[in-house]
This record gives sequence, structure tokens and C-alpha cells, in this order.
Amino acid sequence: MGVSGPPAIALRGVVKRFGPVTAVAGLDLEVPQGVCLGLLGPNGAGKSTTMRMLTAQARPDAGEIEVLGWRLPEESKQARAEMGVVPQLDNLDVELTCRQILTVFARLYRVPAAEREAAVRRALEIANLVDRADTRVDLLSGGMRRRLLIARGLVHRPRLVLLDEPTVGLDPQVRQELWSLIDGLRAAGTTVLMSTHYIEEAAQLADTVAVMARGRIVARGTPSELVRAHAGREAHVVYGPPARLAELRAQADAAGWATRRAGPALAILHAERHDGALPEGERRAATLEDAFVMLTGEEIE
Amino acid sequence: MPARRRRLHRIEPTAVLGVMSRDVTMFGRYWKTTTFSSVVDPTIYLLAFGLGFGALVSTVNGIDYKEYIGTGIVATAVLFSSAFPAMYGTFIKYRFQRTYDAFLAAPVDAEEIVSAEVLWIGIRAGVYGNAPLLVAIAFGLAPRWTALLVPLVCFLTGVGFAAFGVFVAAVAGSIDNFNYVQSGLLTPLFLIAGTFFPIEGLPEAIQAVAQVNPLYHCVELVRDLVVHGVDPLPDLGHAAFLVAFGAVMWRLASWRLRARLID
Repeated sequence: MGVSGPPAIALRGVVKRFGPVTAVAGLDLEVPQGVCLGLLGPNGAGKSTTMRMLTAQARPDAGEIEVLGWRLPEESKQARAEMGVVPQLDNLDVELTCRQILTVFARLYRVPAAEREAAVRRALEIANLVDRADTRVDLLSGGMRRRLLIARGLVHRPRLVLLDEPTVGLDPQVRQELWSLIDGLRAAGTTVLMSTHYIEEAAQLADTVAVMARGRIVARGTPSELVRAHAGREAHVVYGPPARLAELRAQADAAGWATRRAGPALAILHAERHDGALPEGERRAATLEDAFVMLTGEEIE
Repeated sequence: MPARRRRLHRIEPTAVLGVMSRDVTMFGRYWKTTTFSSVVDPTIYLLAFGLGFGALVSTVNGIDYKEYIGTGIVATAVLFSSAFPAMYGTFIKYRFQRTYDAFLAAPVDAEEIVSAEVLWIGIRAGVYGNAPLLVAIAFGLAPRWTALLVPLVCFLTGVGFAAFGVFVAAVAGSIDNFNYVQSGLLTPLFLIAGTFFPIEGLPEAIQAVAQVNPLYHCVELVRDLVVHGVDPLPDLGHAAFLVAFGAVMWRLASWRLRARLID
């Protein structure tokens, strides 16, 4: 891609607390222009809080945030004018039609009056909702609503788009459809910051993945770099009863092998380093999920 | 990087109009029911009090009771078409529909949202506030030409009570708490405004409360404009009070709604 210039988004030492809970704990993150960055992390890692800070809907307790060269929160209105936001929670006006919603937002995004109609039509086309333009939102399917939510954030052709968990809770079919929509954005050179807890989503769409856990970025790289660095080339999966797996895990820990639980089995990572020493099992290529579990831990918080 | 766009101001007319355009679009769906209740309510009051009390008292403070009440109910109509829609509408929009969250992700600030809501409800109140007057005219009230300023008074009062409603919605943790405001504050204000009976007959302490009741100032102003004729100094005072009420409530509403919406 090779786009240079200042980063589209820069966060430095950002902290955000909610009472006793620290949601974001010293976050450093840069999103270069023209890149699709996947912010991958388990639920509760601080992704949504980070997204809300980028629109100044949450104010950091410490640290600096710059979006498209504007300093937040003071200049956030300028930044918001130049970016599009697709929130995780559906906040569409259910009693309005697709066209009415897009028209309101075209105004809010300062699309000049003469261009508004064309902008709305373009957004309807992107979201594949031309036939539903005059349908009220409460009569749309879940997938259509999500597409409209995305279209609403694109009506002014922003050069930066924030997508907060764009496919959460949707069918696989709808998901595929949204993925091609997001891929289209990326292909058009729009900078995208997408938070997700779906590993597959990050692997499919992101040029760069930043793994977030406990309010910080714990690793960053292309999906394949992350897999290579944190899970190796291959995983060796051993099936067996719990007692056998516990025994194997103790043995692995003693030998310094990296392992993770994988359902009814134990996966030994970086298996290619331990050829010959491993017990009977199945070899498979290491995945981003392996790397993700290594980075964010097995325990659910 | 492309050329920097112009600096955005703290309150941008485009943002305010954009938020209002959403309300106007919604109103396109509701205007029939809203108009029905705005016209029927005052008519019923007018008939009930006009015929009921009108049989007992023919004049109050030197004017026909039907004229007295026809002008007084203007303030009631303004209250009902501003404070209540603002309270419920704002609460639903920020809590249940998260409409304001969507606006705030676009280049719109809480202050602009409040301005838009308050202006729009004020305009509606400026229109619907005239309904009782039109009904009274149908029943034989002959207004002075200064009555043409009544919509402006209704607008001013409506802006103040709309901002009050937004403030209440932003402060209230749940919709049930509206009952405290409704019964504890709005009902008394509505009764000691000189709408149905003159406040001069009330105990002095209550009369003092009426002096800080925006509805009282609205009633006095409307009655002067329509029936008594303008009395410049007191009427400027009433108007100034309504302007101050609107300004203070608008600031309070912006402050609380912002705190509610921004973490």
C-alpha cells in the first residue's frame, strides 16, 4: 500500500477509568492512513471504550488522542466531520425510512444541499438497499439494518471509518455480505479501524491486527506475523481423557512447550520446534486463534 | 492531506437544523394526533370552566370570564405541548433509542442537540399555544391586534419549558421519576398561574411563588396582548422573565445532557 504521511489515528498513553474499573490502561496505538486495522480482543478488553474515545463520546483520564491530525477532545467535531462511525449497538431511528435516515445524516455530515440526494443514493447502493429506500427501519431484517447502519457512516465519503464489532450477532450469510462490503472500503483506500472479537473476521479483513487485552495492546502485526511469532508454524493436537491431558500439560510446562486447551484436546504450539519429542497426535497449521489465546490467556474474565 | 476545512463553530446552524430535520420528519407521522389533542384539550377546558364557572362568575378583574380563561389556557396549552414532549421525547431518545449517541458520533455536540430539540418544540408550542385563543374567538372573544404577538410569547415560554423538560429527562434516572416533577412541580405551577382564577386572592407566600412561575408571566402577557392592552413596563418585565427562564434552562439542559451522554 505504501501510504505515508501522518497516521490517521494516534493514541498515546491513553487511560480511561469508570469508577474502580480501568477499561483502558495506557493504550498506545497508531493506525496509518489507508490501512485496515483490526482491533482484536476478548469481550471486556476495552475495544468499545477505545472506539468511543475516538469520537469524544468518552473522555480519557490521561493520554493523548489525535484523529486525522485533529487533537481530541478539543477538536473532535472537526475529526468527526471527516470520519464515519458504525456503532456496535443499533441506534437507527426505527420509525424513519432508510432514505430519511440517510438524508438526516447527510445534513449532519455537512454534505452540501445540492449533493445530498446523490450522496443518499450512493450510500443506498453501497449497502444494497436501493429497493428498500422507502421502507421503515422496523420492517427491515437484521442484516439490512446493519447494512443501513454502515451506509449511514459512509454517506459523506469519509476517509476514515470506525467499525465497532460490525458483524456481532449476525448469521454467517449476512456476515459474508458485510465482509465484502468492508473489503470494498479497504480496496477503495479508506482507512478502517475495526474492532472485533471474531478472530476469523480480523484474519479475513485486516491488513494489520492489534491484539488488545486488559486495556492495552499486547501484540501487533499482520495476521500471519502474529501467528508465526506467537503460535509458530504448526500446532500438535493431542486428544485424550482429562487426566491424560493434565499429565501432558504438566510435562509440557516442564519442557517449556507452549500449550493451549482446544476443546477436548491439548494443542502444543510451535510444534515444529519439538519434532520427535511429541506424543501421538495430529498436526495442523497454527492459526490466529492459537496466537490470540496465547496473547490474551485462556481464562474468561 | 487535503486542504483543511473551515473551522467548525461551537453551535453550528447546520447541525441544529440537521437534528431538527429528524424531528420534522418524525412530526410528519404524528401531526394528526398531536394536533387533535392540542385543539381538543383546550376546547374541553374552555367549555367546562367557561360554562361551569361562567354560570357562577360573569367577570374576573373586569373582563368576561370566558375571555379570562380563553387567554389563560394558552399557557396551559404551551406547557402541555412543550414540557411533556421534551421530558418523554428526550428520555426515550437518549435511553431507549440511543438516537443522541448516533448524533454525537457525527459532527454534532450535546449543546446543538439541546438547541435543536428546544427550538423545534418551541416552534410547535408557538403554533399550538394559539389553539385555545382560536377556540375562544370562535366563542365570541374579540382580540386586540396585539394578539398577533401571542405566538411569539408561546414560542418563548415553550422554549423555556422544553429546555426544562430536557433538563429533567437528563437528570431523571428513570421515567417513573417524572411523576415527582409532574405532580410536585408542574401541577402547582399550572394552578397558580392565574389561568383559572386570579392569584391576588391567594395567600401572599403563594403569590410570591407565582412571581417566579413562568406560566404566570406568560398568562399575564397574553392577557394584556389580547384583552387588556399592552402596559409597557410590566409587560417588558414579563417578557424579560420568559427570556431569562429560557436562557437559564437551556444552559442547564445542555450541561446535564452532555454529562449524561459523554462518559
